[in-house]
Amino acid sequence: MALSFEEQLNAIINRFRDVPGGLMPLLHAVQDEFGHVPPESVAVMAKALNLSRAEVHGVISFYHDFRTSPRGQITVQLCRAEACQAMGSRQLEVYAKQRLEIDFGETTGDGKYTLEPVYCLGNCACAPSVRIGDDIYARVSADRFDQLLAKQDGSS
Amino acid sequence: MTARIFVPFDTTARALGADDVAKEIRAAALHRGLDVEIVRNGSRGAFWLEPLVEVETASGRIAFGPVMPGDAEALFEAGFPGPCDHELSLGVTSEIPWFSRQQRLTFERAGLADPLSLDDYRQMGGYEGLDAALQMTGQQIVDAVKESGLRGRGGAAFPTGIKWQTVLDTDGDQKYIACNADEGDSGTFADRLLMEADPYQLIEGMTISGLAVGATQGYIYLRSEYPQALKILNEAISKAEKAGLLGDDVAGSGMAFHLEVRLGAGAYICGEETSMLDSLEGKRGMVRFKPPLPAIKGLFQKPTVVNNVLTLAAVTTILAKGAEYYKDFGSGRSRGTLTVQLAGNIKRGGMVELAFGHSLRELVEDFGGGTFNGRPIRAIQCGGPLGTYLSEKQWDTALDYEAFAEIEGMLGHGGVVVFDDTVNLAEQARFAMEFCAIESCGKCTPCRVGSVRGVELIDRITSGEQVDDNMLVLEDLCETMVEGSLCAMGGLTPYPVRSAVREFPEDFRSE
Repeated sequence: MALSFEEQLNAIINRFRDVPGGLMPLLHAVQDEFGHVPPESVAVMAKALNLSRAEVHGVISFYHDFRTSPRGQITVQLCRAEACQAMGSRQLEVYAKQRLEIDFGETTGDGKYTLEPVYCLGNCACAPSVRIGDDIYARVSADRFDQLLAKQDGSS
Repeated sequence: MTARIFVPFDTTARALGADDVAKEIRAAALHRGLDVEIVRNGSRGAFWLEPLVEVETASGRIAFGPVMPGDAEALFEAGFPGPCDHELSLGVTSEIPWFSRQQRLTFERAGLADPLSLDDYRQMGGYEGLDAALQMTGQQIVDAVKESGLRGRGGAAFPTGIKWQTVLDTDGDQKYIACNADEGDSGTFADRLLMEADPYQLIEGMTISGLAVGATQGYIYLRSEYPQALKILNEAISKAEKAGLLGDDVAGSGMAFHLEVRLGAGAYICGEETSMLDSLEGKRGMVRFKPPLPAIKGLFQKPTVVNNVLTLAAVTTILAKGAEYYKDFGSGRSRGTLTVQLAGNIKRGGMVELAFGHSLRELVEDFGGGTFNGRPIRAIQCGGPLGTYLSEKQWDTALDYEAFAEIEGMLGHGGVVVFDDTVNLAEQARFAMEFCAIESCGKCTPCRVGSVRGVELIDRITSGEQVDDNMLVLEDLCETMVEGSLCAMGGLTPYPVRSAVREFPEDFRSE
């Protein structure tokens, strides 16, 4: 039987309620479960952790990873940091935005892709780097970027 | 006889297709009725050769690389995994000059085995440091670390033993070890490589640190951009717990040490130690005023050792082989080895571990082989996004902390990012300011506002607007940021900017 939103949220909160400094792992777990941190979860988390809503909101808004609105099915992150710049990431960024017809932080009209910047994936010897889901790709040219998207289209 | 074949499952190897290569090798072997065992090892750090496939033979391991998806069939046709003559064949791995010319201490084991095998780790000298530490008092361990000359590898190069002494000397009902694995500098990946290739070394180092200062809880603050390292660390910790090497009774000593990985959330500033502590407490990653030092009032206001991954890992070598052994590597006040990460536009990129003192040129030309695309090198950025851009006349500088300080550079975490002659340093300077604006925690004004003004100023300069006047304002702004910022984020952002202006002034006057 499917759990309601409140039941799911409370089950996650209970895992972190007594963990020292538990708000960060809690937010990660909530985002993993729902795809983003739903605004209606903020008050519930705040109450459970004995924090103010402002404190929870403050943490969510501080970190680039946390989102309060749904993303596309697939998040594509392009590395914008220096090692990737040295290998043409500025051009790749222009290409990717044209190809998907969106800017950073936006989602394609069909709800499939969200494009995000990222600052270093630790793959700096084989740049430019792209992350799709938990997979990282090296030496991504415009052609390879197209292939990666085609692979996503084939698998979904 | 079963042939043992090694295919790394490190992030970079996988990013280049190592998972598919492993599958293809398995399929090709099956197709031929060959009995093979595929070990997914860590990377040895030669990312230019990844995916680097190795075969165990009587005369040592032989290497093939880079073996890309689609190459397996041709390799098998040429006789792989037996003796074969193929263009990807590199001979005995340890004899490849890129490896044989290194002096590996911290990365001695990297890539040799399945990183999650505790048996392999022990066979290669793992946990000898902890065994030694268990025979010593906390003060003796701290003395050994002091004696070794080890300095923090995160970037600030503070003497590790002195930091530990402070934590040891501070009373507290609870103390912590906080490992900074928020390796956010572009061009650096040594922490990631170590965590993915030799995770038990970090676990052992943190355990020793806990014994030394009397801390029973450790946290590894890992950046969320490293999903593979997260998986490997969590599995390694769970195996170490099951083996009794972590928990309430470490190796039967009666002493407790618990370890947990905490994930960051994409904030560069959390690599700054006090910001990291706030983040570990579940807060916004705001930089704290110092004093109090984290060693006295750190995580949850308790005495806390905050060290980088490589610093904590190096402790295992110091304890296992003695402080003298470690100290014998290096030059001047920079003891031990330096891990240089060759990145960006580089032909033979990867992780090079050497004693301090070699020149930057040696690293980039001899090890790195120049640029990836064959164009001339124009600029090299050392030490991450807050590091200086160096022009050719500075490349003969020796790689040690003091020599770099003399040219207003910094080694930082050892990242070396190479740019070819198409780079525009005004664009790079603008990016340094932009990055600071994006990543500033916002606590102090020079960093929060200065970075935004910096972007605007550089835009005015590059569009030819009152260039001379605006250059003066830019220098004034840089001075304000250096002198007035609370931490290194705002305080060092002017370094790449000033060095770009100083060494490459022509890029700021394009018309």
